[in-house]
Amino acid sequence: MKRIGVFVCHCGSNIAATVDVKKVVEMALLEQGVVHAEDYPYMCSEAGQQRIAEAIREKQLEGIVVCSCSPRMHEATFRKCAERNGLNPYLVEIANVREHCSWIHKDMQEATQKAVILMRAAVAKVHLNTPLQAGESAVTKRALVIGGGIAGIQTALDIADAGYPVDIVEKEPSIGGRMSQLDKTFPTLDCSACILTPKMVEAAAHENITIHTWSEVEKVSGFVGSFTVEIRKKARYVNMDKCTGCGICQEKCPSKKPLSEFNRGLNTRTAIYTPFAQAIPNVPVIDPNACIKLKTGKCGICEKFCQAGAIDYTQKDEILTQQYGAIVVATGFDTIKLDKYGEYAYNESKDVITSLELERIMNAAGPTKGHLERLSDGKAPKEIVFIQCVGSRCSDDRGKPYCSKICCMYTAKHAMLIRDKYPDTNVTVFYIDVRTPGKNFDEFYRRAVEDYGVNYVKGQVGKVAPQPDGSLLVHGVDLLENKQILKKADMVVLATAIEPNPDARKIATMLTASIDTNNFLTEAHPKLRPVESPTAGVFLSGVAQGPKDIPETVAQAGAAAVKVIGLLAKDKLKTNPCTAKADELRCNGCSQCANVCPYGAISYETRQVNDHGIREDRRIAVVNSALCQGCGACTVTCPSGAMDLQGFSNRQIIAEVDAICR
Amino acid sequence: MPVTENWKPTIVAFCCNWCSYAGADLAGSSRLAYPADVKIIKVPCSCRVNPMFVLRAFEKGADGVILCGCHPGDCHYSTGNYYARRRMTLLFSMLDYLGIEDGRTRVEWVSAAEGVKFSETMNSFVETVRALGPSVRLGDLRCKN
Amino acid sequence: MSCVEQIKRISGVEPLKCMKCGKCSASCPSFNEMDIKPHQFVTYVIHDDVQALANSRSAWKCLSCFACIERCPRNVQPGKIIDAARQLLIRQRGQEGLSADVIPQLLDEETPQQLLMSAFRKYRR
Repeated sequence: MKRIGVFVCHCGSNIAATVDVKKVVEMALLEQGVVHAEDYPYMCSEAGQQRIAEAIREKQLEGIVVCSCSPRMHEATFRKCAERNGLNPYLVEIANVREHCSWIHKDMQEATQKAVILMRAAVAKVHLNTPLQAGESAVTKRALVIGGGIAGIQTALDIADAGYPVDIVEKEPSIGGRMSQLDKTFPTLDCSACILTPKMVEAAAHENITIHTWSEVEKVSGFVGSFTVEIRKKARYVNMDKCTGCGICQEKCPSKKPLSEFNRGLNTRTAIYTPFAQAIPNVPVIDPNACIKLKTGKCGICEKFCQAGAIDYTQKDEILTQQYGAIVVATGFDTIKLDKYGEYAYNESKDVITSLELERIMNAAGPTKGHLERLSDGKAPKEIVFIQCVGSRCSDDRGKPYCSKICCMYTAKHAMLIRDKYPDTNVTVFYIDVRTPGKNFDEFYRRAVEDYGVNYVKGQVGKVAPQPDGSLLVHGVDLLENKQILKKADMVVLATAIEPNPDARKIATMLTASIDTNNFLTEAHPKLRPVESPTAGVFLSGVAQGPKDIPETVAQAGAAAVKVIGLLAKDKLKTNPCTAKADELRCNGCSQCANVCPYGAISYETRQVNDHGIREDRRIAVVNSALCQGCGACTVTCPSGAMDLQGFSNRQIIAEVDAICR
Repeated sequence: MPVTENWKPTIVAFCCNWCSYAGADLAGSSRLAYPADVKIIKVPCSCRVNPMFVLRAFEKGADGVILCGCHPGDCHYSTGNYYARRRMTLLFSMLDYLGIEDGRTRVEWVSAAEGVKFSETMNSFVETVRALGPSVRLGDLRCKN
Repeated sequence: MSCVEQIKRISGVEPLKCMKCGKCSASCPSFNEMDIKPHQFVTYVIHDDVQALANSRSAWKCLSCFACIERCPRNVQPGKIIDAARQLLIRQRGQEGLSADVIPQLLDEETPQQLLMSAFRKYRR
């Protein structure tokens, strides 16, 4: 019988207000083996831990139960406290009486009863806990960043500056991401390219950074400290070492039909192309779906004109396998499809555009060379209507339930820039709420209204009706004047909701990282661990985690980099000792456990065993504890019950079940 | 067995560490109430739940057992929840045959971000079990005199 | 049961989900005929001011065209709430007008049933 101590935390009033902590202490003392029980206002405090330390010493405790908040909060705290005082950290169990009890129940008697039962289950379990020793695993000192937008670039730069090699994997032909498509940035109106390009160049020139564009992550295995990643380098059909980036191939390419992805399909590009002038690397790719040579075998014009001899139609996709210690997900976002929003006539009229399309139109390198003009007839619009919250804050199945966060600010920016450059153009913004939390954000929005005369109308637009004369009739409402508005506009700009990159889910699945119902990656803790995934060694940067503007993205990218650096700076990592283990007397070597193990951690060896005095050679399962992640799939599969999981053994869980059902 | 108004079922919830346990924590910090009859046992993954644990719970007097894991495709260990789902499907159909009604056993997918779903799931599960009343006790025949 | 509860029950809609965007009012073809506008109608229900609704013309001016139901981003569907309020007001007023056995003779196969129901509620005063 173990000597067990039970410590009940008040957590101020968080627990004590609904759970009678004295009663829990009283009941704990009635449990078998409990030689010490006490309550304290804050167990996690220095003084609280001191009490645990004293009890360990004075009562020679061999097991500890702390009735407190979730083990996800303070299990590590109490385990360290035990370890400092000579008790194996795995002899500590937490009864979660805050998140799972006091915070959800109102009735004191009921909550106290439940807290007692949770305490009993933990005591029953800790009786069967065994001291465990964490093993060690090596750290590969190299990081992978998935996504080459501003988030990925910033994270990579910060990691590289600390002296660790970083690889960026970007699926487009160039790094730069969404930021490279923007014209100006709020709230300072910097030119986006002017502040992004130096970073792109710095990343390309950095000795510690390797950029894989036109590449995708294909497969991930392993765990924190040693991930093995397969990267598919798609055939570029252009030799990167030979190409000088002169651009003659793009001038001469006869296939000019494909829509430019970079310009959001507003104009076309050639089959061999670099997405934009400042592209990094400045090496074109050939779009195999558009290239006449690759489709029919006839053409080869680019090859003829290329003086460097860089064109190579025979290139094939390559798979690159690389080891990494840490992986950062910076997959960014896209705007949602507007097919379900028929009322805004996006698919009917060329003059109804998304804000990202407006960015391209306003940009000097865009489809209209930076002139604000209607895409239908090239005329300058005199009346522009902006519609906010298109697809954001929707609880129906057409849109997204969240606020996209950036739209209020970029709309103020667009409105301001248009009024500045084309003072005779009227700008009306239909809004529901204007949300401008951020440094100098509200001032920026007020400038749009007060200094630039942008007309803000509170009320959502019901319908945009294209008219026979080419104009657009906007059916709106002014909720403050309480009147309906019918406004003739030349152009309508939709603040379209953003959504995570469509590949985010695929990548999260590969990394076994958590993802929420909106396909944003989940952070390990919403407040305290915002850049880490619950999966160790996987970090989050940028909009992949949730809607963000550029300053926030850059800040988070830096934070993710620091976490990666902290990890890579270690030579060894402590591994989770809660791994599976086979009982050699019961194992019959049937191989079923190896079949279900997702990590290939189980192998077999022939070993001589002494079964009740009979010595014989048997085939026995052996678990590689460095590879085992402790899921327990094998323990349930094992027909003879030989396989068990340390820290969550059959007996421990059954003891908990018994205590709860007692 | 007579059901009194104040009868409280005993419900065991096995929650995987990565999704559902965190979802339960979120339900807690969001103060989303569900009945105190539910007691949660943490397991590393839903695939750690041995059918034996479920049988043991019913043997010891549980009135309902629910297993919560990550959504399909989101398992921290890649495939654990698929194993759990198959094992439990098989077990539950056998339990139904033994007289432990279908409503007393359930598998649900709750992610770490779904505090609301966790609370709603527990509310509806407890309601179902309450409607069914106390469960028949499984007995270990070897212990009979 | 309070009037709001009844309206919620008849319509099957939760008015508290409204984020006051006004898209219903922007879409409403009868907007100018109404003294209480569709978006306000929802707020009146939230605030339990059914008396004001009873005194207003709005419930009888709604065409039940369902443009607001179609476009509401929050699934509040003001048209359903207005329809429910209309039904509630009629119930409160008690039996009058058409009796059930007269209706089949008045039915026209060409006319959508939904339109008929709305018309009955509106014009049988």
